Amino acid sequence: MKKIASLFAALVLGAGVQFAAFAQIVAPDALIKSVTDDVIAIVRQDKAIQSGDTRKAVDLVETKVLPYFDFGHMTRLAVGKDWRQANADQKAVLTHEFKNLLVRTYSNALTQYRNQQIDFKPLKSKPEDTDVLVRTEVRQPGAKAVQIDYNLEKQGDNWKVYDVMVAGVSLVTNYRDSFAQEVRAGGIDGLIKSLKDKNKQLETTVSAKK
Amino acid sequence: MKNKKPEPKVVLRGVASLLLAVGLTACAGPGGHPKDPLEPLNRATYSFNEKADSYVVRPLAEVYDYAPLPVKVGVGNFFGNLADVWIGVNNLLQGKFVDGLSDGGRFLVNSTVGIFGVFDIATELGLEKHDEDLGQTLGRWGVGDGPYLVLPLLGSSNLRDTVGLAGDLHVDPVLSFESVSARNSATGLRFVNRRSQLLGADTTAEQAALDKYEYMRSFYIQYRKSQIYDGRPPREKDPDDEADVDETTPASPAKKENQE
Repeated sequence: MKKIASLFAALVLGAGVQFAAFAQIVAPDALIKSVTDDVIAIVRQDKAIQSGDTRKAVDLVETKVLPYFDFGHMTRLAVGKDWRQANADQKAVLTHEFKNLLVRTYSNALTQYRNQQIDFKPLKSKPEDTDVLVRTEVRQPGAKAVQIDYNLEKQGDNWKVYDVMVAGVSLVTNYRDSFAQEVRAGGIDGLIKSLKDKNKQLETTVSAKK
Repeated sequence: MKNKKPEPKVVLRGVASLLLAVGLTACAGPGGHPKDPLEPLNRATYSFNEKADSYVVRPLAEVYDYAPLPVKVGVGNFFGNLADVWIGVNNLLQGKFVDGLSDGGRFLVNSTVGIFGVFDIATELGLEKHDEDLGQTLGRWGVGDGPYLVLPLLGSSNLRDTVGLAGDLHVDPVLSFESVSARNSATGLRFVNRRSQLLGADTTAEQAALDKYEYMRSFYIQYRKSQIYDGRPPREKDPDDEADVDETTPASPAKKENQE
């Protein structure tokens, strides 16, 4: 009897562990929806963000959004074929600076949110897919709906965003021509310097506005 | 004596070779974008446009933006309705008959029930608004985009879309208003209304870009491609996404490069 009981306990335990592991894998579309809903709910209630408090918007993005983005992959995509020339240190700095640029720019965009409605399109993917596209649409009265799509890839048990497309335009690969130009002119270090300068300039305009 | 006047053919050949020369010198630079052989000219037009925008167009759009939302929505709907007929024609030209008929339906419903198009009843009825123009139709037919062009005041374009735009303007109902003053004010209002919808997005682009000219050029090229395929361009495997290639072939000797 004891044997059976312990076997049963082990079974339950095993099933429990398995279930827990299973439950941790959030579907990519569910992930995008929950993050979007979270962020929108906060922005709706936060008068400071609505009136252009970029610092607060950056904090929000850093805590709520960043964990679900793979900036290494994004930077690699933006740099394109020149990525191979960069050494490990340069890659780390590039990723850091590009992340700052994106976070700053789009946190600012968040302060422009005014009750737009976001629709989530049904996900078209197979369970075994490791690379999916989650489609959403932002609707507002009097203007054409804007399509915002997220490319996600599965990393272990988690899904990470590696590209965002607005109206069919990748916000990541849109940098490729500029970045290639910078690398041609001043090498990888030239690109790093331009990114740093740009971030500094954004920093000063943000603090000047306040 | 009669040979003194330059023959038109000679002039034409002169212009052609001049254009070719400009194109070639522009191409000759090591950093030239393959789609932008006329970059020096385009950059000049672009900086003119930026000035015109910051001193005239954007301020106008900012003032206009103070109008109550229902007014702005009504203005947008009114011009959108006038555009729906030509959008429908372009859908038909692209073989999208259901969309084309739906655009015609939109025009009928909105022009009547929607009171001259001010209210977009058709969208409420489930007739979706589309976005087509002759440039997209030509693209659908397989016409290549040609060199990138920046048009005075109108901004980013390319050779194909400029030809398309000439066609669009030729049949533009607003430009065929009888009274000159009505035509001018309607054209101006439409322009300012459209510009006001981009307030905010322009700041984001400004902040995002290392070089706004290059950023807008990339944006335009990708955007038109997406539009031609109605927002669903065929997803191509990115040749520059190196790590993806390496990850799928773990045995590859290049793998070490991407270990960080």
